[in-house]
Order: sequence, then structure tokens, then C-alpha cells
Amino acid sequence: MLSLLAATPALPLDEAGKYVAAAFIVFMVLLVVYVAIMAAKLQRIERELRELAGFAEQRKQEEQREEVSA
Amino acid sequence: MTSSRAAFAAILAKDLRSELRTLQSLPAMALFSVTTFVIFRFGLDRTQLSGSLAAGVLWATLLFAAVLGINRLFVAEREEGGFDAIRLAPIDRSVLFSAKAAALVIYLLALELIAVPIFALFFLHDLGGLLPLALILLLADLGLAATGTLISSMAVNSRARDLLVPLVLLPLVVPLMIAATGATEPLLALGGPGYHRFGTWLMVLGLYDLIFGLVGYAVFDFLLED
Amino acid sequence: MYGKGLRPLSIATVAMLALSLSLVFFYAPLDGDQGFIQKIFYLHVPLAIVALVGFVVGGVFAIAHLRTNNRKWDAYSYVAIHMSVIFGVAVLVTGSIWAKASWGHWWVWDEPTLVSFLIVFLMYATYYPFRYAIEDPERQARYASVFAITAGAFVPLNFMAVRMAQSLVHPRTFGTANGGLPGEMMLVFLCCLATMALLWVTLVKFELTAKSASGQVKRLRRALDAPTPGAASRIAPEVS
Repeated sequence: MLSLLAATPALPLDEAGKYVAAAFIVFMVLLVVYVAIMAAKLQRIERELRELAGFAEQRKQEEQREEVSA
Repeated sequence: MTSSRAAFAAILAKDLRSELRTLQSLPAMALFSVTTFVIFRFGLDRTQLSGSLAAGVLWATLLFAAVLGINRLFVAEREEGGFDAIRLAPIDRSVLFSAKAAALVIYLLALELIAVPIFALFFLHDLGGLLPLALILLLADLGLAATGTLISSMAVNSRARDLLVPLVLLPLVVPLMIAATGATEPLLALGGPGYHRFGTWLMVLGLYDLIFGLVGYAVFDFLLED
Repeated sequence: MYGKGLRPLSIATVAMLALSLSLVFFYAPLDGDQGFIQKIFYLHVPLAIVALVGFVVGGVFAIAHLRTNNRKWDAYSYVAIHMSVIFGVAVLVTGSIWAKASWGHWWVWDEPTLVSFLIVFLMYATYYPFRYAIEDPERQARYASVFAITAGAFVPLNFMAVRMAQSLVHPRTFGTANGGLPGEMMLVFLCCLATMALLWVTLVKFELTAKSASGQVKRLRRALDAPTPGAASRIAPEVS
């Protein structure tokens, strides 16, 4: 299989290293970008939960006040 | 209980009659093809085409003309409640798929009856390859009809209907186009028709037709659920 | 509970990733022809295989959705395809880098696997505008499943056709086929393949967990009768 690549000269190590590094860096960057996007989603979930918790507490207080006044 | 075959014949006949009466898709497809050939003549600055260039121009034009017809395939069903009628009828709903696909094959064949001779008139100097080309056209039409009917039935119920068909259909028909142009290229070669790998390409076309015909037939029922 | 196995899964993925990277750079022998460039092969090919299998898995989930009518399968199908598309971007970019290093061009039409993968990628990229164009959520899920099944059937056919389109006169290949790999390279390759598969599964689970959490928040919101903020996403199926 590899003998089919008769026309490809092997690049010297310092040149080749840049391409290999670039490929692995692309992979890493994509992975980290994905994590960042998921982090943003997580932030939004946290914010909404906080808001809902406040809402629920508020409602509980109102119900207690109504019970007291009734 | 209507038999599937009777339903198939009825839907197909209705479609063909409607098209003959209103002549919506066919003239547009034919005219589009001829105009596109003229554009290619000037775009490529050629008055004679052969080999891969001829195959490419012919198939690209036929494909885009087909998309015009595919776009309009289910419009009548949508607007006049044909989908509901099929849902209520006590027949296998996939009959709608086969009937519509059959109608589309007929439209495509009619289109090619007009477009291919004109293409030959404009660009070809050797007509020897046209007869085997007919076989390729038929097989490709079957595959195009199967995939086109499937995509069209989904697109008709969506918002960007006219955009959706070209967008989704084109990648799906790439293997079909590869096989069709691969077989056509040696047929339209400069020195006379050649049959390099003709059998293999025919097999690929047949395989495509079989797979997408089956897939379309199998999943069509789910598309009609309410 | 979607997040249940997530911790052991991610630990396993990290461990495999570390192992694979070490193997690639410290153990795998240097390739005779391509030299150091060949190391990209250990990244690019496993990504491609996992992406393609992921697409097919998305199709299988779609079949399950149509048969059981349970919307969770549609969510699984969506996420599987989503992840494979992202992996697909990585495949195309690393493939392009490899092409540049090996052939001097950023893109080569001569390499059938890369071209075929591009077509598959383009097709699955239309999955999103397709979903977006269908408004009714139930219909959208159903049509998306049909798309996923059709596309899944398309993948092997496409590879066959593109491979055949290669002119037999100029057989230039990267030699991406696994045949003829010496033993040590094969071991490293399999290790990388397992790593990418694990990564795919972990990320899919991760995304499903996040979706599920969002779904629970919406459910809570509805139970409390709290006002809903903007419009919900039109295309991403919900998990609850």
C-alpha cells in the first residue's frame, strides 16, 4: 500500500512536524470549542433554574401570606 | 376494497390527464433545457461537445430541469387535499409513492424526448452513442424519480418548498450522476461510441434505483401519518 | 437519567486519549515513504470511520423512532447526526492538511474516500435547513427520521460510486486502506479508533444530558406556570 506513494517525498522533520501539529491542534480546538458551547448552555440552564427557584419561593411566600390573611 | 393496482392506475391516470390538460411542468422543463444548452454554448464558447464535457452538460441540464418538475410534483395533492384522500382510502398508502414516481418517470422521459435530440442537434456530430444512451436515461430516470418523489413529498409540506428540493435532492443524486456521466462519457467520445465500464455503471444505476425505490416505498407510509 | 454513566465514560475517554497519543508519538514506527506526516493518519482515519458509523447509527435511531413513535429516538438520531457532522468537519480539515503535506494541494479530487466523505458531509449538512423548514414538531421529527434513514442508505452507495469514478489510469491514493499495515501501526490505529469511538459516545451522551436538563427546566417552568422567555429552538428536538 505504502509503496504506491512512489511520488511522495518525505518532508523533513521540522516541516512535517508543523503539519502534524496543525492537524492535532485543529482537533483540540474543535473539542474545546464544543466544550465552550456546552458551557454556555449550562450557564443558561443555571440562570433559568435560579430564576425559577426565585419564582417558586415568591409564590410560596404569597400563598403563606394569603393563608395568614384568610 | 380497491386493489392497489387499481389505485395505482387511477392516481397515475389522473396525474397524466391533469398534466396534459394544464401543461404546467413539461413545457417549462423542456424550455429550460433548451435555454440552458444555449447558455452552455456561450458559456463554454463551444459549438461541438464530446466525451466528458458533453456528458456533463447534458446531465447537469437534465438534472436541473428535473428539479423543476420535482418541485411541482405534489403541489396539486397539497392544495386539493389529495393527501387526505389517500389517508382515508382503504388502500396501501405507498401506492401514492409508486404512482407519483411513475408519473415523474413519464415526465422525465417526455422531457428527454425533446431535450436530447436538441442537444444532439446543437452539439453532437456523431449520433452513434444515442441508442445506448437511451438505456442510461431510463435507468437514471427511475432513480431520479424514486429519490425525487420522496424528497418532494416532504418538501411540499414545508416552508421553503422550492429551496428545499434542490438543497436536499442534489447531494442524494450524486452517485446517480456519477454513474450516468461515467457511462455517457465514452458513448459521446470523439472517435465514436465506446463502452468502457458500461456494464458496471449500469449495475450501479440499477443498484441505486433498487435501493432508493425500496427505501422510498418503505418509508412513504410514515410521511402520510397525521 | 441521561447523565448516569457520564463520569466513568469521560474518564475512560481521557485515559484512552492519553494512551493513544502516547502510542502515536512514542511507539508507532516512522513510516518509510511519508515520514512524520503519516502520523496524521492516526487522527484522520479513526475520525472518519467513527463519523460514518455515527451517521448510520443516526439512521438506526430514526428507524426506532418511526417504529415506536417515541420522540426520544428522534432526539438520539438528531444528536448522533449532529455529532457526526462535527466530527466530519474535523475529518475534512485534517484530510485537507494531510493532502497539503503529502501532495502540496489543500484539496485533491483524486482521493475517492475524501471526496466521497465530502458528499456525505454536504448531504447531512442539509439536515438542519431541512428540519428548520418544517414547522409542525411532530411532522418535523417524522420527516427528519425519513431523511436520516434515506441518508444512511445513501452512504455506502455513495462510497462505491465515487470509488468507481476514479480513473484506473492514475491510481493515486493516500494508501488509507488498512491492508498492509505492519503490526505495530495496526495496534496504534485500533487504539485510536477505539478512542474516537469512545469520544463520540461520550460527547453524544453529554449533549443528550444537556438537552435533558433543558427539558427538565422547561417542564419545571410549565409546572410553576412561570412565563416562558423567548421562542424555543425550532429545530432541536426536546428531551424530557
